[in-house]
Amino acid sequence: MTKFLSLVHLERIWTQTMALFARQIQSLRGPAALATQQVRLASTEVSFHTKPCKLHKLDSGPATSVTLNKEDALKYYRDMQVIRRMESAAGNLYKEKKIRGFCHLYSGQEACAVGMKAAMTDGDAVITAYRCHGWTWLLGATVTEVLAELTGRMAGNVHGKGGSMHMYTKNFYGGNGIVGAQQPLGAGVALAMKYREQKNVCITLYGDGAANQGQLFEATNMAKLWDLPVLFVCENNGFGMGTAVERSSASTEYYTRGDYVPGIWVDGMDILAVREATKWAKEYCDSGKGPLMMEMATYRYHGHSMSDPGTSYRTRDEIQEVRKTRDPITGFKDRIITSSLATEEELKAIDKEVRKEVDEALKIATTDGVLPPEALYVDLYHNTEAQAVRGATIDETIVQPYKTSADLLKAIGRA
Amino acid sequence: MALRKCGNLFAARLVGSSARSASTMTVRDALNQAMDEEIKRDDRVFLLGEEVAQYDGAYKVSKGLWKKHGDKRIIDTPITEMGFAGIAVGAAFAGLRPICEFMTFNFSMQAIDQIINSAAKTYYMSAGRVPVPIVFRGPNGAAAGVAAQHSQDYSAWYAHCPGLKVVTPYSAEDAKGLLKASIRDDNPVVFLENEILYGQSFPVSDEVLSDDFVVPIGKAKIERAGDHVTIVSYSRGVEFALDAAKQLESIGVSAEVINLRSLRPFDFESIRKSVHKTHHLVSVETGWPFAGIGAEIAAQVMESDVFDQLDSPLLRVTGVDVPMPYAHTLEQAALPNAGHVVKAVKKSLNIA
Repeated sequence: MTKFLSLVHLERIWTQTMALFARQIQSLRGPAALATQQVRLASTEVSFHTKPCKLHKLDSGPATSVTLNKEDALKYYRDMQVIRRMESAAGNLYKEKKIRGFCHLYSGQEACAVGMKAAMTDGDAVITAYRCHGWTWLLGATVTEVLAELTGRMAGNVHGKGGSMHMYTKNFYGGNGIVGAQQPLGAGVALAMKYREQKNVCITLYGDGAANQGQLFEATNMAKLWDLPVLFVCENNGFGMGTAVERSSASTEYYTRGDYVPGIWVDGMDILAVREATKWAKEYCDSGKGPLMMEMATYRYHGHSMSDPGTSYRTRDEIQEVRKTRDPITGFKDRIITSSLATEEELKAIDKEVRKEVDEALKIATTDGVLPPEALYVDLYHNTEAQAVRGATIDETIVQPYKTSADLLKAIGRA
Repeated sequence: MALRKCGNLFAARLVGSSARSASTMTVRDALNQAMDEEIKRDDRVFLLGEEVAQYDGAYKVSKGLWKKHGDKRIIDTPITEMGFAGIAVGAAFAGLRPICEFMTFNFSMQAIDQIINSAAKTYYMSAGRVPVPIVFRGPNGAAAGVAAQHSQDYSAWYAHCPGLKVVTPYSAEDAKGLLKASIRDDNPVVFLENEILYGQSFPVSDEVLSDDFVVPIGKAKIERAGDHVTIVSYSRGVEFALDAAKQLESIGVSAEVINLRSLRPFDFESIRKSVHKTHHLVSVETGWPFAGIGAEIAAQVMESDVFDQLDSPLLRVTGVDVPMPYAHTLEQAALPNAGHVVKAVKKSLNIA
């Protein structure tokens, strides 16, 4: 406790000193920005201060001084903008009724995904719930694959077989529709990593709503018992669907809910804090100390899903306030401009490029064809002879004409 | 002289008994051998579940495996089915080949979301990107005196779901060959054993004892050939069917007994071929009748040319439509037996 207080104390002295040198644009952004000062280092690397992480059962945690180079700055900005634009496009498609069913948007939470990905190394895995479009893209799918999956087209990540909640890439295990199911699944992926003696982690994400699931505690118990390299990460955006955290959880300190598993609370709107914390957490896990629990304090601008306007359980003012003062992209943009890591022109060029990428993806997502009827019967079993599949009537029972999507796509020239 | 005769007899019995023990095997030992061989054969295979390691298995099915293979391959779990089934499925996502034991399938209900939504459906939803090579195994159905919450038969529940394979061994040969096939299968397999069958001995050929003996999933076996009536069953029901067939033989009725061996994929062709010969059909199961396996057989028969081959309707022998009571007499009355099968056959054939 005392360590934490003295950090805050030091922080205050530092920020007051730096305030003398702060640019006006920063002071306009409010007190939060004063806590994130920067110091120019040699060449194109800048050092920033991030909000300290709250710690649970840990003597030390991630550093609050973070360095960022120009290349990374531009990459992170671009990555967050792609997700923002892609989700925006998805929202519009949904309103035009080109996407059916569920559509859960990630807008506002970009720093969590981009920051964590920045700390991942080859072989690390991720599993999350249904707010997964941004993660799917980050982990290897193209924007076209994501948007076309939402519109159910052949160019989609899984050609329209899965939809919004069921997209997969290498080392990315979805996209899971049942709240909490991914918690033990992620621990299982980590078990496989340990079994194979890999120096990797499985980042297992869930929301504040899912943080109360019993299977999280079951998974945490086994992860700790067996020293599984799993990072349980709660993306706390304040609401489980329409229920604010105070109304769902007897304890809203989600980073402490692992009890005997140490935890870190991170400012999830600050991509550098997220990256640093994730790097630190990975080192912890890789050194064989077992699982860690993380809580990313973040926010979602849209409702729970596209069928939720998101204003019956919170005010429009609250949403606007967060957009104005805590937006992960704007905040990052200000930092990298004021520290001269990037110029307005460079960022504008990136914006233009991103817009083009998303627009091109949109074109395919709205015009590509859908899988032919035979696709209904594919992907039932792996490496098994073709099965007779009962149809809506006995007369429509057929033997699988193709066993897998891959076979079918090849046959119709869409390999 | 008498002593020598005794000695000879004794020697003969020794030779005879060792020859016999080489060619019979309990279902329990068959399952044990299957897992032992597959764990040796493929280092991605491992077993997890409650009491599977140091306790040697709640029903001793995994006896000796932990001593042989160690902590990494035989894992004792806490009593948290949803958690460890989910962990097993996640390990399968990542390319391992777990055998997830449920102490009984009654406890699988706590994990059923992971079995159906995470295991069964993922290959389809992912358009083939993510296969799930996992086996869920354990005893299913009534045991002895364990009452309602520990006696349910889940055959119909799991057979209902596309994406799963559902396997129901009867004999030791079934148990070994089908479990090895299930472990080698790249899909989620629900392997429904039966506690009462664990201790039963069956004759096994040398082929069965080899370490590459595999029985194909989805193919039924004709346990006994016959001409007058087809009795189709699986798991413990096959025992009642065979007992009934023996009784029927003594009154001149020749029954053909089909052991389905798997419920999904379902070998309807074996039933069709048999009924084309016998024109009479009786199904036997120990689970509840409503929307059970017999009901599915009836529906498939109605919708096929087998209907035209029948000289009388399919009759089902099932468990009684009540939760399982405890008292022995009540418990016996809640389950079918060979007598019910004989009665059904007689009704089908319209004989007294």
